[in-house]
Amino acid sequence: MIDVPRETLIQFLRTMYLIRGFELKMLMLFQRRALAGDFLGALHSYEGQEAVAAGVGACLRKDDYQFSTHRGHGHAIAKGLDLNKMVAEMFGKETGCSRGRGGSMHLFDVSIGQMGGNGIVGGGLPLALGTAYSALYRNTDQVTVCYFGDGAASQGSFHESLNMAALNKYPIVYVCENNHYAATTHVSKNCPIENIADRAAGYGIPGAVVQGNDVLAVYRAASEAVARARAGQGPTLLECKTYRHRAHCMVIPEHRPEEEREAWLARDPINLFVAKLREENVMTQDDLNRLAAEVEQALVDAVKFADASPFPDPQMLSVDFWAN
Amino acid sequence: MPQLKMIRAMCEALDEELRRDERVCLFGQDVGEFGGVFGTSARLQAKHGPRRVFDTPLSEAAILGTAVGAAMSGLRPVAEIMYIDFITVGIDPLVNQAAKLRYMSGGQMTLPMVVFTQCGAGTSEAAQHSQCLEAWFAHVPGLKVVMPATVYDAKGLLKAAIRDDNPVIYIWPKLLYDLKGEVPEEEYVVPLGEAVVRRDGADLTVVATSLMVHRALAAAEALSDEIGIEVIDPRTLVPLDIETILASVRKTGRLLVVHEANTRFGIGAEIIRQVVERAFDQLTCAPVVLGGAGVPMPFTRVLENACMPQEQDIIAAARKMLKC
Ligand SMILES: Cc1ncc(C[n+]2csc(CCOP(=O)(O)OP(=O)(O)O)c2C)c(N)n1
Ligand SMILES: [Mg+2]
Repeated sequence: MIDVPRETLIQFLRTMYLIRGFELKMLMLFQRRALAGDFLGALHSYEGQEAVAAGVGACLRKDDYQFSTHRGHGHAIAKGLDLNKMVAEMFGKETGCSRGRGGSMHLFDVSIGQMGGNGIVGGGLPLALGTAYSALYRNTDQVTVCYFGDGAASQGSFHESLNMAALNKYPIVYVCENNHYAATTHVSKNCPIENIADRAAGYGIPGAVVQGNDVLAVYRAASEAVARARAGQGPTLLECKTYRHRAHCMVIPEHRPEEEREAWLARDPINLFVAKLREENVMTQDDLNRLAAEVEQALVDAVKFADASPFPDPQMLSVDFWAN
Repeated sequence: MPQLKMIRAMCEALDEELRRDERVCLFGQDVGEFGGVFGTSARLQAKHGPRRVFDTPLSEAAILGTAVGAAMSGLRPVAEIMYIDFITVGIDPLVNQAAKLRYMSGGQMTLPMVVFTQCGAGTSEAAQHSQCLEAWFAHVPGLKVVMPATVYDAKGLLKAAIRDDNPVIYIWPKLLYDLKGEVPEEEYVVPLGEAVVRRDGADLTVVATSLMVHRALAAAEALSDEIGIEVIDPRTLVPLDIETILASVRKTGRLLVVHEANTRFGIGAEIIRQVVERAFDQLTCAPVVLGGAGVPMPFTRVLENACMPQEQDIIAAARKMLKC
């Protein structure tokens, strides 16, 4: 039996469908644009990792802070970023969430605590200290979630941040998405131990390895970590083991063992969860179809909105650059 | 008016701003209990409490990251970096994050934060404790750069920097930490972006920054019977008050820029570019920069002195310019 309310389960699935659908659409559109010579930046697909963002996102309040990465579309969707604004940003439009100044790696919406993606691997880690400190300072119980990859765990900012967060019991949930690769480098060449989560012991904080393709496992682990943070018990390091289905960036060719790919594809987070929902009679096939159609419609609408939106006016290049 | 040392004046500025605005906080290495290695935060933790004034671990990226995240979420942090040289160890949160976040988020964020640090040679601390890196930061769009030269300005500019809604790097000259000067009892601020004419003269404009303001004034005094030297202290490099400099050059027809940082690709070159573009026809001789020698700062005093512009160098340069 699943001990999670039905609405929450449906929310997980909806989020995962949205992320998957979003990534597929973007990839298709970007390829089409690339062919037409109208190429827009880089695209790091979140396909395969949906359960992480869906599970963590469901534990967060709107006023909680979230620091995302270069591979952050899923994080943004799970935090509730408006799809229209998101697609418009991908297209570089004035109506985008960052008014076309940020793009795929820099999706911001301060009103929902989406403090941006980051083009710097490990760049969000030190910033999370600041929002966490500020929450304590202002005496709120806001939590900060900080996503980063297995590659980012080799950055100096990882050590500096976890050390300081542990010292000050900052309300931070560190979510390491170990998708086993940093660009083309296997995690075994980035990390000399089996589990990045084991590093938590070096800071005297809890660390846990989580089955990152199981949305319920992620949700349980993240709920506990968020509750600890909210209760003033300090940071937690979660390592979610997962796999990206696509290439590191766009369709750039790379060499990952075929058996490895197949093994992980067989554990697709959406398929796994749908099977469970069907098994436990939470949703009928009709329910699933309806949800998928609803998500598809939202994405189609968002692309329409973005297409119809204007680009920023070059006259505005430097306007509002400084505050006041 | 009471006479204060430069470090006391800055400590007063921090104290007053902490008292004036509940959102202001101050942190860095040895800043809390000890009161700062130069004494610039003496007794501030006792006065304002460890929530607002605190020690950090020895982690420059974490210090700067904490400032950025805190500024992103409603505070007005002042982060101390003990020596500007150490900023290179943790520069990402300042250069890749703070400087860009407002723009990259489509204007959603303001980042009212100050990096409080000191620069310069003359204390035989050798190459890793003597640098002047202001040009690096002035080159990055999105950062303001403040360099006080007097005790009065050290206090007034620091208060203005804390009240500014943009990331500011405030760099005081370590050789002047003992300098005494008059500071009014009543509250004042020195606005960013306003140069000051420190001495009037009709023959030569000398633009000098930080420590070099004092050497330029000494040289001007020594030459007072011979050459009328106008000494201008820009006080802030970003924003730069080029109008005050232009007005002087239009009067004198000659421009000498003196700074401690290396001459190559420095602030002097930029000031001369701006003047040449706008007042080329009013120059009666080629403008000149007197700056650092461009080797890693040597330890031993004779070599260190040879690296830095001295009063005698300014006198020689002025005489030479008056001959053409
Ligand atoms: C500081 C820095 N170094 C290198 C890069 C280039 N780069 C972008 S993503 C990436 C791999 C990141 O791997 P990981 O942290 O595991 O995240 P993933 O891409 O797997 O989500 C690299 C090397 C960068 N953007 N920033
Ligand atoms: Mg990875």
